[in-house]
Amino acid sequence: MSRIAFTKDHEWISVEGDVGTVGITDYAQSQLGDIVFVDLPEVGKTLALGDEAAVVESVKAASEIYAPVSGEVIEVNGELSGSPALVNEKAESDGWFVKLRLSDPAELDSLMDEAAYKAFVEGL
Amino acid sequence: MADSSGDTVLTTPLNALHRELGGRMVPFAGYDMPVQFPAGIMAEHNHTRTAAGLFDVSHMGQVRITGPDPVAAIERLVPGDIAALQPGRMRYTMFTDDRGGILDDLMVTRRENDLFVVVNAACKAHDIAHLRAGLSDHTVEELADRALLALQGPAAAAVMARLAPEAVKLGFMSGAEVTVAGHACFVTRSGYTGEDGFEISVPDTAAEALARLLLAEAEVKPIGLGARDSLRLEAGLCLYGHDIDTTTSPIEAALAWTISKRRREQGGFPGAVVIQDQLARGTARKRVGIQPEGRAPAREGTPILDPAGNRIGTVTSGGFGPTVNAPVAMGYVATGHHAAGTPVALEVRGKMLPAKVAAMPFAPHRYAK
Repeated sequence: MSRIAFTKDHEWISVEGDVGTVGITDYAQSQLGDIVFVDLPEVGKTLALGDEAAVVESVKAASEIYAPVSGEVIEVNGELSGSPALVNEKAESDGWFVKLRLSDPAELDSLMDEAAYKAFVEGL
Repeated sequence: MADSSGDTVLTTPLNALHRELGGRMVPFAGYDMPVQFPAGIMAEHNHTRTAAGLFDVSHMGQVRITGPDPVAAIERLVPGDIAALQPGRMRYTMFTDDRGGILDDLMVTRRENDLFVVVNAACKAHDIAHLRAGLSDHTVEELADRALLALQGPAAAAVMARLAPEAVKLGFMSGAEVTVAGHACFVTRSGYTGEDGFEISVPDTAAEALARLLLAEAEVKPIGLGARDSLRLEAGLCLYGHDIDTTTSPIEAALAWTISKRRREQGGFPGAVVIQDQLARGTARKRVGIQPEGRAPAREGTPILDPAGNRIGTVTSGGFGPTVNAPVAMGYVATGHHAAGTPVALEVRGKMLPAKVAAMPFAPHRYAK
């Protein structure tokens, strides 16, 4: 059983068991523009909720991506080093950044579900 | 529209057109300007390098200087050799201060009876006051009723040939009064992208009509400030307030080429003593290109270190160069580390990234002859 949740900073996390895959939303990539580099964390790094999980560099600027929940980085998306534009092309699937082993799944409850996020973006 | 309080956001005559074209509007130098259009910065950049891009640069200051001897007069404020210009020719120079710092950089075109000067948007009020104070025996008129369009790229000349064949006769860094599609314009063969191109000074009332005509040409697409920045960075051109400012001299900034032998010898501009001394004895630092070896861009403010980890300078502009398909930057390094090929390190988010001092431009200039 998987569930997907969203932050107000436009990250998504798709959770299966105690592992969450984190990326940015299609809305976020459209705002950032052409992505040319993604700085990913080391596997094994422990992130607290709100810690910098990655940095996305567009042509124009660098933007921090925050951990939507606490956990340990168990995998990073190696495809992004050669193809950072995957984030633009498939933000909510192949353009994922990191997989986290959640340390406190209850944190998911404070995030938005898909419908709430959609309403949030429409209100921007 | 204009407001001395500085709180009011200014607009150019193309503001409605930018919005109609889907421009993402941002505040820039007090103006509401498009940072990009729906195509995006990368596509806009590449389009300018392969076809032709239309830029609204109406936020920049256009100034006319008239009086008994505007050439001699402006030479009191800039180190550029304006007297060496034939009428219809133009030159890049800068306003210097008494310490040899740069107050702004500008383009000066010598015309038969006046000078046509283009200055940066963020500096224009100060520049005009500076000109009026320094040239009190001349008339300094801001051409606030004119817009400025830049058409840049390898197809720019073919486009202009259809609308204003006279303009295509201009050589690089020349200007002339040209009627463009019925509008009385002052056109120069110049730009800020490293490509062939034109800057078209047009009455504000005709600006939108002219922009629409240009955009109707198959090769032309609208380009925002984002691509303008990546294009000029690849071309190795300075951005005032970032790569040059009052703390940098033209010599440190590797702009000594803008100062002729006569001006070096005679001086007669603010800070001449400092600049002459720097020309004779060198400077402690130099503006250089920086080529990161990896894929991570190094942004403005990034510390530059030698391979042993000693701080030797700072990045002043940095980002991704779509044409070179790699990150590119420029900045200042201590003299001795300034030769092309010198290995350096860039401190980005706590990591030391290898890089080399690089010759500029990163993308070759392709100006008209």
